[in-house]
Amino acid sequence: MFIIKCPFCGERDQSEFSSGGEAHIIRPKQPTELSDDEWAEYLFMRKNIKGVQFERWNHSHGCRKWFNMVRDTSNDIIHAVYKMGEKPPIK
Amino acid sequence: MKNKYSIFSLIKNAFSYHENWQRAWRDPEPKKEYDAIIVGGGGHGLATAFYLAKKHDMRNIAVVEKGWIGGGNTGRNTTIIRSNYLWDASAGLYDHALKIWEGLSQELNYNVMFSQRGVMNLAHNLQDVRDLKRRTHANRLNGIDAVWLNTEEVKKFCPIINTSPDIRYPVLGGTLQKRAGTARHDAVAWGYARGADEMGVDIIQNCEVKGIKRNGDCVEGLETTKGFIKTKKVGVAAAGHSSVIANMAGIRLPLESKPLQALVSEPIKPIIDTVVMSNAVHAYISQSDKGELVIGAGTDDYVSYTQKGTHNIVEGTLKAILELYPIFSRMKMLRQWGGIVDICPDASPIISKTSIKGLYFNCGWGTGGFKATPGSGDLFAHTIANDEPHKLNKAFNLNRFVSGDLVDEHGAAAVAH
Repeated sequence: MFIIKCPFCGERDQSEFSSGGEAHIIRPKQPTELSDDEWAEYLFMRKNIKGVQFERWNHSHGCRKWFNMVRDTSNDIIHAVYKMGEKPPIK
Repeated sequence: MKNKYSIFSLIKNAFSYHENWQRAWRDPEPKKEYDAIIVGGGGHGLATAFYLAKKHDMRNIAVVEKGWIGGGNTGRNTTIIRSNYLWDASAGLYDHALKIWEGLSQELNYNVMFSQRGVMNLAHNLQDVRDLKRRTHANRLNGIDAVWLNTEEVKKFCPIINTSPDIRYPVLGGTLQKRAGTARHDAVAWGYARGADEMGVDIIQNCEVKGIKRNGDCVEGLETTKGFIKTKKVGVAAAGHSSVIANMAGIRLPLESKPLQALVSEPIKPIIDTVVMSNAVHAYISQSDKGELVIGAGTDDYVSYTQKGTHNIVEGTLKAILELYPIFSRMKMLRQWGGIVDICPDASPIISKTSIKGLYFNCGWGTGGFKATPGSGDLFAHTIANDEPHKLNKAFNLNRFVSGDLVDEHGAAAVAH
């Protein structure tokens, strides 16, 4: 249970949000040229990191906007929140 | 040689106030080299070691566990065992496990308290009814016992269920697998550990894997908190932490690790003598031999390794429980906890070789791994010993995410994810 600071609405309970999983997975520019291995990598394979992870979240029971978040999955501490299209503030 | 557990050994030890029972397994330091090492001392890992020693005569092997055996998801699940899965591949896999469960206490000389009290899956809407009837037919074609019950038959089988048509999600019927049931989860880990130890398997606790040493595409050994251990074969049965181990080896898995919660009530007299599951409203319940109601909640939708989970998930499950079982409205809950489950995109497990020679993964069991423990161990042992999958786990390879030949079991997996 934790509080998320939505970049549009401010601090809200986590239950208002839904997770969109790992962030910065780039959609293939030329889907027709992708091999099966590359498709599997894009569609299914995930880093699933124990530690600091970059994620997409949606304020689904609020403004319904998507944004990015840097969160430590080993203790649920949020290090940064940033808008879609922005560069991550932490490396 | 270990003493056999029996009524006579129980009486004999009673005379010395049960102070002289033999240790069930040793606490060895790791050797320099093993023929194979299993990473993860839960039910699946210990069962794998047991069958590697018993069926494939691999005795120079070890199980490394970062905490204590059975301290992860083996001790955190709701102990439900069933095999009523939809597809042929899953039916083969889970019923293989169920058949081993039926003789497991004798095989291990350890009472795993396997109780075939039946598992009932409820339908709450028209689509549920269609899906569950279809699954009943599929099960019967695969030789798995399954029957469809109408609302009156559900009420007769489990009288405390509220079958009133006026509740938010009325009970429209359900399926029943009578061979299904529960077992004592700790005993499964302890029984396999004792059996494996007797055949010479080293069970090394408090030994965390820190790295996998490779020579090109071959495994050479494990870096652990107890030093480097040489081996050519590594079988990973690390559940929620599978991706952590995979990242060490530089391979990627299609997994996401999420918290799954469960809770138990204060102990009460026997009131529910079966297991009842409801996917649509997400409530499942049984009663342990101690008398506690064992209730399974859902997964959170974000990746986390915290073994906690959120309050709203528990609240949602308890709301459904109270609507279906109004008699429990004054019950007090004693404990709540979370486990980290490794979820595959198709809700089916992976028991597979990898692109690295000598590295095998048994993972992706998600929310329902306990039921498969003996079968999973047996098939994973076969895969490691022969460097080839058994015909029953051939479909559960890692390559299915490339070929697209998925085993979609979202309907039969009890926890929606």
